[in-house]
Amino acid sequence: MNMTPTNFAAAEAVAQDAIVRFEAVSKRFPASRASGEVVALDGIDLDAARGSISAIIGRSGAGKSTLIRLVNGLEKPSTGKVIVDGTDIAPLGERALRSARREIGMIFQHFNLLSSRTVFDNAALPLEIAGVPRKEIEARVTPLLDLVGLADKRNRYPSELSGGQKQRVGIARALATRPKLLLSDEATSALDPETTLSVLALLRKINKELGLTIILITHEMEVVKSIADHVAVIEKGRIVESGTTFDVFTRPQHETTRALLAGIPGMTLPEFVQSRITQQPTPDSETVLRIVFTGTHATDPVLSRLSKDLGLEVNILGGAVDEIAGRPFGTLIVSFKGDDAKVAETRAFLTALGLTTEVLGHVA
Amino acid sequence: MSPDIAWLIVRATGQTLHMVSVAALIGSLIGIPLGVFLATSGRGELFHAPITNRVLGAIVNATRSTPFIILVVAIIPFTRMVAGTSIGTTAAIVPLTVATIPFVARLVESAIREVDPGLIETARAMGASPFQIVWKVLLAEARPGITLALTLTVVSLIGYSAMVGAVGGGGLGDLGIRYGYQRFMPDIMLAVVVVLIVLVQLVQSAGDRLARQFDKRARPR
Repeated sequence: MNMTPTNFAAAEAVAQDAIVRFEAVSKRFPASRASGEVVALDGIDLDAARGSISAIIGRSGAGKSTLIRLVNGLEKPSTGKVIVDGTDIAPLGERALRSARREIGMIFQHFNLLSSRTVFDNAALPLEIAGVPRKEIEARVTPLLDLVGLADKRNRYPSELSGGQKQRVGIARALATRPKLLLSDEATSALDPETTLSVLALLRKINKELGLTIILITHEMEVVKSIADHVAVIEKGRIVESGTTFDVFTRPQHETTRALLAGIPGMTLPEFVQSRITQQPTPDSETVLRIVFTGTHATDPVLSRLSKDLGLEVNILGGAVDEIAGRPFGTLIVSFKGDDAKVAETRAFLTALGLTTEVLGHVA
Repeated sequence: MSPDIAWLIVRATGQTLHMVSVAALIGSLIGIPLGVFLATSGRGELFHAPITNRVLGAIVNATRSTPFIILVVAIIPFTRMVAGTSIGTTAAIVPLTVATIPFVARLVESAIREVDPGLIETARAMGASPFQIVWKVLLAEARPGITLALTLTVVSLIGYSAMVGAVGGGGLGDLGIRYGYQRFMPDIMLAVVVVLIVLVQLVQSAGDRLARQFDKRARPR
């Protein structure tokens, strides 16, 4: 066992506990008849902490599928290292890779269940492949079907199941070999919103109860918001932003992140404001301000204090109160009349209350 | 119908069944693995061997494009080597088998190619070896398609077996030609046709039923 010396700097101690680490990873697909050389990944450095849920979000074609497939060696990096639990995956031969893969579960967008096998036999497949005796397979798969809530469907075929049930079978199957890591490749993208939430809740439960590290890729911010502890935003093969989900959501830095967040209520201006907003104030314009409430302030009566203490007349243009990675989070987009000094005073007042503000522009 | 004629028909049916079943069995034993290999050895596939794949594909095509009656005659030296004779029912099994192998291989290849490639990736992600992928995923998932392919093979073989009268193979086709046509005995011709229709029907409905049983994919119940 690795003992972490107590005199290690905190940052190093944290870095030590990365179960997956990408070091300067690039992936190029050689030129083919259909296209020139494709650089799918370019200089990726990324850690996934043991026991966490880490999300990689990006648009389609951003490179996220390639990135997650490097972890279990379905793709090999062109350069760099992919270190999984202390071992660089990239140089492993087929045999070593096969045994490494048995410790990494994976679930898929289209579930990828065998139509010819029952629920039980689908979940048992990785154990059959690993050569586990039938008796032990029975003893291991049965509790897994209980865990995912499909004990009563064990002799059904996939064609008799709903999408959410199919993904639960996929999850049971991924857990059968007791992996140390679960990879999720757009696992909820083919599901309706309600089913998505129940599958995400199951993943969260598995993460908590089994302490299983989960790395997921998605193009849906809602998925990241509801379960991920950390998020990395990928665009054109590069990580453009990463951090705790809460930080990235509440203070998005990169344009891509903002664009991906656009679907989340309260993140963007309503269309009727967006079309009239200008960067320069005009004599009669109002200042548009985004106020971000985080943590315990999310429910404070800020608006009434603005009008009482500062005498402001505030218009509400948009807003939402939400929960991100389990923490309350609210945004409010307001406009009010006032010169630069008044705006500065208002922002200082709000900052003193522990809120974050951002001037978005001016509307006439 | 005289007892003599009845005996002729029974004997010819027996010869046909003998030739068809042996050719189908040996043809499948070689054709199924060949079909699996053809489906999995293309560029970047499970058993990446694009050159072997192309050579085998060309041989399969060549055999399939040779008319069966020509094949029967063309491979007589080979038949003599394998069966010890070039005449008779046993000898006729050789060209029937040779024709069956590429037939089965192509049909099995297309049945295997129907399997979702995502399942291959899934099995690889579980740490499956290429042979485990073939056995537990490809063949298991393609079982309904392979069953139908073998059904079609047997039906085609019953048709092909009518031509081996040319090398004294006997069987129902031979009976129909020699008695029904050349000796102008329409009752024998009719009997041969009826037996052939019944045989084909039996094989086809048994195959269909088996394939349906294997097929667990979504379908209205």
